[in-house]
Amino acid sequence: MIHFDNVTKRYPGGHEGLSNVSFHIEPGEMVFLTGHSGAGKSTLLKLIGLLERSTRGQVRVAGRNLTRLSRGQIPYHRREVGMIFQDHRLLYDRTVFDNVAMPLVVAGLGHLEIGRRVRAALDKVGLLTKEKDLPITLSGGEQQRVGIARAVVSKPPVVLADEPTGNLDPALSREIMSLFEQFNDVGVTLLIATHDLDLISRMNRRILVLDKSRLAKDSAAEVTC
Amino acid sequence: MIRKQRKKRSAKISARSTLRVDVWLMRHLQVALASLGRLVRTPLSTLMTTLVIGIALALPSGLYLLLNNAETLSGNWDGAASISLFLTQQTSDTEAQQLATKLRQDSAVLHVQVIGRSEALEEFRQLSGFADVLESLKDNPLPALLIIEPKPAHAEPVAAEALLTRLKEIKQVEFAQLDLEWVRRFHAITEIAQRGVVILASLLGLSVLLIVGNTIRLEIQNRHAEIEITKLIGGTNAFIRRPFLYNGAWYGLFGGISAWLMVTISLLLLDNPVAHLAGLYQSGFELKGADISTLISLLGGSTLLGLIGSWIAVGRHLNDIEPT
Repeated sequence: MIHFDNVTKRYPGGHEGLSNVSFHIEPGEMVFLTGHSGAGKSTLLKLIGLLERSTRGQVRVAGRNLTRLSRGQIPYHRREVGMIFQDHRLLYDRTVFDNVAMPLVVAGLGHLEIGRRVRAALDKVGLLTKEKDLPITLSGGEQQRVGIARAVVSKPPVVLADEPTGNLDPALSREIMSLFEQFNDVGVTLLIATHDLDLISRMNRRILVLDKSRLAKDSAAEVTC
Repeated sequence: MIRKQRKKRSAKISARSTLRVDVWLMRHLQVALASLGRLVRTPLSTLMTTLVIGIALALPSGLYLLLNNAETLSGNWDGAASISLFLTQQTSDTEAQQLATKLRQDSAVLHVQVIGRSEALEEFRQLSGFADVLESLKDNPLPALLIIEPKPAHAEPVAAEALLTRLKEIKQVEFAQLDLEWVRRFHAITEIAQRGVVILASLLGLSVLLIVGNTIRLEIQNRHAEIEITKLIGGTNAFIRRPFLYNGAWYGLFGGISAWLMVTISLLLLDNPVAHLAGLYQSGFELKGADISTLISLLGGSTLLGLIGSWIAVGRHLNDIEPT
C-alpha cells in the first residue's frame, strides 16, 4: 500500500529530512513510526500526503507513483489519505458536524449521504451527541476524536496520524489507539507517528524507527531475518 | 436485444449526467448563498466596500447619462441647421412675407419662418429686459428675420454652406448666418467629453478591480486556516476558489446597484434646476435616467469587474497557501 524506495528529502539549505529510506507497508497493516524529535517522522508522513515531494527516490501509495503526480492531481490523492494531526487542525468557527463533513463536501457528496456518513463517523468516535457543538467547547481528547472522525469519514484506504496522542493522558491515549485498531480491523492501512514508546510496546505491531533521517530499525524486517 | 441493452445503458448514463448537472448547480447555488450570507454577517465592512465601488462606478455612469442627455438635446438641434436671414432695415414686413413665399418655392428650402419687425421687437422686449430702453426709441431698430430650414439633403455642412452663399446674394438680405458652426462645436465638445468618460470609466473600473482584489486578498488571509485545511483534505483549487469568486461577484453587483441608486438620486436632485433652465430656454427638455439596457449593462459590468478582481486576487494568493 505504501512503498518507499531509496527516498531522500533534502530541504533548501542542505538539511536532509530523510536519507535513503526504503520500506513497504502492505494493505491492512497497522504500523508505528517512531524516533526522536527531528528524526524525520513528520517529513515521512508529509511525503505520503504530498505535503512535500521527495528529492530523490520513489514514493508509491495505493499504486500511485507520487513522484509523477501533477499538482492538479494532488487533491484527489489526498482524498485517499486520511490525515490526523497532533494539533487537530479543526476549524473553530464551525460545528463538529461541519468539521467532520468537510471531506465529503469537498468530494461533492449529496446532502443526505453526508449527514448519514458524518453521523456514522461521529458515532464511531463516541461524539454523536456533540455534533452541534463548537470544537472549542470540547476537551483535548474529544477534539482529537473529531479530527479522527474527519480523517476516516470518507473511508480512505490509508490513514496517517502524526503524534495523535501527543497531548493526551495515558487513558485517553489508549482509547484513541483502540479506535485505530478498530479501523485497522475493517482493513484500513494505518501509519502512526509517535514517540510514546511505552504505548506502542504494548500494542505488538510493526514499528519503524527513524534515527537522524535514516531508517534505523524495522521490526518486521527483524522478524523475517 | 443488444440494441435494447445499449439504449438502456445510455439512458442510465444520461440520467446520471443530468443528476450531476443538478448536483453541480445545487452546489454553486449553495456556495453563492453561503458567500452572500458571509457578506451579510459583516454588514459594516460589506457596506463600506459596496459604497466605495458604488462611488467609483457612479462617477462614469453619471457622466455617461449626462452626456446622453446632452446628445438628445443636440439631436433636437441637428435638424435645425437653420440659416437666419436678417433683412435690411428698409424691408417691410410685407416685403419679408413676399420674399418668404418666393423662397418657399426654392428646391433646397424646407421651411421658412418669418419674424416680422414688430414681432422681433416684442420678443426682444420680453426676453432682454430692455423694455424701458425700447420704449424711448422712436423707430423699431430691429430688422425682419427669415429663418430658413433647408431640406435634409441641404442640411449637410457643405451643402448648407452653398445655400448660404446663394441666399446672401438676395438684395434684401443684410446679413445671413448659418447656425451650424456652433452645432459642430458642440459636437466636438461632446466628443471630447465622451472620450473623457471612457478614460474615467477605465481608470475607475481599474480601481474597482483593485478594491475588490484587495478586499478578497484580506478575506483570503482571514480564512488562511480554512484554506489550508481544505487543501489538506483534498479540496481542489476550483473548490477553494469558488466562494471567493462569488464574493467578488456579489461585491460587484452590490456596488453596481449602489452606483445606480447614487446616479438616480443625483438626477432627481438635478431635475428641478434643469427643468427651470430648460424653461428659460423655452424648451421642454427633461433629464432622462438610466434605461433598462443601461442598467443591465451597468450591473452586468460591475458584477464582471468584481469577478475579475477576485479572480486576480485568488489566482495570486491561493497558491501561496500550502499546508505544512
